[in-house]
Amino acid sequence: MSSNTYEFNQDAALLKDSARKFFSEKFPVEKLHELVAQDPTLGRTPQSLWFEELWQEIIELGWPMVAVPESAGGLAMPAVAVAGLVEEFGRAAFPSPMLSTLAATYVLSAADAIGPLEDICSGEAASLAIAGSKDSWGLASTEVTYSNGKLSGTAHYVQDVGKVQKILVSAHSNSDLQLFWVDLRSDGVTLDLDTIVDLTRDQGRVSFHNVEAVPISVKGLSVLAEAMPKIWMLVSADIAGAAEWQLQTTVDYVNTRKQFDKALGFFQAIKHPLVDVMIKVDETRSLLYSMANAVSAAPEKALQLSHMLKASASDLAGFASGRSVQSHGGIGFTWECYVHLYFKRQKHSQMLFGDATWHRARLADILIGPVTA
Amino acid sequence: MVDMQRKDTSEQARFRDYCREWLSEHHPGEPEVRIPQSPLEIMTVEQMDYLQRWQKSAYDGGLVGCDYPVEVGGGGRKDLQRIANDEMLRARTPYFPNVIGLGMAAPTVLYHGQDALKQRLLPKLFSGEDIWCQGFSEPGAGSDLASVQTFAQKSGEKWIINGHKVWTSLAHFAEWMIILLRTDKSHKYDGLSYFVVPIKSALGNGVTVKPLIKMTGETGFNEVIFENLEIDDSFRLDELGRGWQVAMTTLLHERGAGDLHVPRAGGLKSRSAHTSNAMSLISLAKELTRDGKRVADDPIIRDRIMRCIIREQGLSENQRRGRVTELLDHPMRIPLQNKLLSSEIAQEIASLAIDIEGAASSLYVGDENAPAGGQWPLAYLNSYGMTIAAGTSEVQRNILGERVLGLAKSK
Ligand SMILES: Cc1cc2nc3c(=O)[nH]c(=O)nc-3n(C[C@H](O)[C@H](O)[C@H](O)COP(=O)(O)OP(=O)(O)OC[C@H]3O[C@@H](n4cnc5c(N)ncnc54)[C@H](O)[C@@H]3O)c2cc1C
Repeated sequence: MSSNTYEFNQDAALLKDSARKFFSEKFPVEKLHELVAQDPTLGRTPQSLWFEELWQEIIELGWPMVAVPESAGGLAMPAVAVAGLVEEFGRAAFPSPMLSTLAATYVLSAADAIGPLEDICSGEAASLAIAGSKDSWGLASTEVTYSNGKLSGTAHYVQDVGKVQKILVSAHSNSDLQLFWVDLRSDGVTLDLDTIVDLTRDQGRVSFHNVEAVPISVKGLSVLAEAMPKIWMLVSADIAGAAEWQLQTTVDYVNTRKQFDKALGFFQAIKHPLVDVMIKVDETRSLLYSMANAVSAAPEKALQLSHMLKASASDLAGFASGRSVQSHGGIGFTWECYVHLYFKRQKHSQMLFGDATWHRARLADILIGPVTA
Repeated sequence: MVDMQRKDTSEQARFRDYCREWLSEHHPGEPEVRIPQSPLEIMTVEQMDYLQRWQKSAYDGGLVGCDYPVEVGGGGRKDLQRIANDEMLRARTPYFPNVIGLGMAAPTVLYHGQDALKQRLLPKLFSGEDIWCQGFSEPGAGSDLASVQTFAQKSGEKWIINGHKVWTSLAHFAEWMIILLRTDKSHKYDGLSYFVVPIKSALGNGVTVKPLIKMTGETGFNEVIFENLEIDDSFRLDELGRGWQVAMTTLLHERGAGDLHVPRAGGLKSRSAHTSNAMSLISLAKELTRDGKRVADDPIIRDRIMRCIIREQGLSENQRRGRVTELLDHPMRIPLQNKLLSSEIAQEIASLAIDIEGAASSLYVGDENAPAGGQWPLAYLNSYGMTIAAGTSEVQRNILGERVLGLAKSK
């Protein structure tokens, strides 16, 4: 045990390894490009493009329920194992409701919502509908309201909503913020997909017109607050995996392409920034596994580590993306080259659930204390 | 700390308890003399005496060289140095003066020296009685280390050394030097050989040590001139012509990327020394004001402090992930970042501290009004020593790019 300082045990390593093999065999980047980059038209109609058959295989492998507690029939794997798995989804830039479902799982677990967790184990995918149109990272930004037993209003920035069956909705009521479990096919629910930059995801607005909903928790704020660090962990893991792809792909390119009779990687203006990308990947990954480990081993540290982690990851997403396109030169700026797929996924993840400055400001409130009046 | 204890084996846990108990009795306390920020700036005999006494006592207590074999004066244990280091840091002891000995010479002598030489040299290296220095750089050979010209001419069973080493830290106290010498002028790399050389005993008799003054005003490094110094062939490490390979062992350990855990102590809090970690910026920013408010309320300063704290935490979490093989892609990827990152983070922290101090950062050591005794401007100046010494940051990035990422070599 002394050689392994996390709970990253054999099961976790096996899971990560099999996910990596799964994607490299079944979902090479050419296939991703073929799938999501059919239509470059500016102003195209938004679509949810994905390989549903592969998602079915993933359900059979049990991955969407890795984080579901045993009490609800899940695999109850530790956060370090989940982080390892999600890194591989990021590396493959795999269009799927995986991240959203895991995010919902952490909220449902915090609310001890056994029924909805069982839905996830039965193969249903889910997403969080907790953001309003403004100030979207605030835990109470939702513009949905709950009164007389019905939901009304619109939830914004719902991730992967074109690929899920269930949504976890937060709504203002006359007491605290409350949480609900809603089937997207229910009467009175309408869905509008957003036109987004990222081709590997979809996102949308969900409107409720007097919708009946299953209440999950009347303590919405504290439940969301408990789950958020793990949600930041998920996005950061995706970023770390995608950034390693960007790094290795760019390294391969600059080792092959020659100018001035030298491989591009010879030039320090190319070499040194790529080393800096590697350093940032490692910073994010090291914070990732420490944070994930802290979830069970040192819960009192999880919140501050999660802010450090998402701040680091968001910066990494921007930096690695910029270097990957710049180091490819003209070809890197084309629709045909694969790097833009990751560039766009990373830019989406960079701000998803809080960008770097936002997370550093939260961290400063913890470590320095609030700004005095 | 709680985290660290949780990961201990039972042997490590017992040893940790032992270290704590030992340190509670043997911490040397506040020194009478001003102790410089790092061992590379030790200037006076009084400073050196105090620090050598501390190292000797820690060695006698079993906290130095724990992982080295008993035959060479070590503790003969496994993976315990790390524990001793944790505890010495926690107890905020002084640092060890023999940094080059412990960090570079000891692993090199252990891996490449003859048994008799190891047994003769290492015990006094661990105890700090013999201070060591490193004669690598020369006026014409810095980043391109393999171009050193200081020459060793064979003469029977002896070697005659002539040449000029520079920037040699601690040479003014050193008993011994590890040295990279040219033994063949026709091959750049294969013409190098590696020796240990007695310095102090040859002063005025083939060896001259001249102090150089740093940009801070401190001394600590030197020029060392060799004029027909005669040494025995038994002082050679490894085969003739294998100097470059031996030097790699030294450099890996110098950059924190070697496989032996280097004995390390530190953290002493006194009027003169300061803790230079990112967390200490918080209290500094709370004490000082700008525009009538605490500096700690300035959103940009808050952001910059958090950046430093995150980088520092990331580096320490690197060490931790570095022990989980399943999460590593390339064995040298994390170790080779250590020196680069620790020196650059220290520089960023010191630079931010100066911004936090504002006008008062113009006040230097010795000015009675200087915040924190002028330690931050001093630390900022000294931080450039660290991004240059032991292979500059540019050279570290070349190494990482070439050895880890496999990018085309730039030489
Ligand atoms: C505080 C301190 C303590 C030291 N202690 C010791 C000691 O005890 N023993 C010892 O032997 N040496 C010691 N040194 C010397 C140190 O190892 C050298 O200064 C260092 O290796 C750089 O060599 P140089 O000074 O000749 O600079 P140069 O090699 O001339 O470099 C000048 C500049 O050019 C850059 N440069 C050089 N080559 C390249 C390249 N290929 N690509 C990109 N940039 C490049 C460098 O990064 C640097 O910015 C010490 C130095 C300092 C500052």
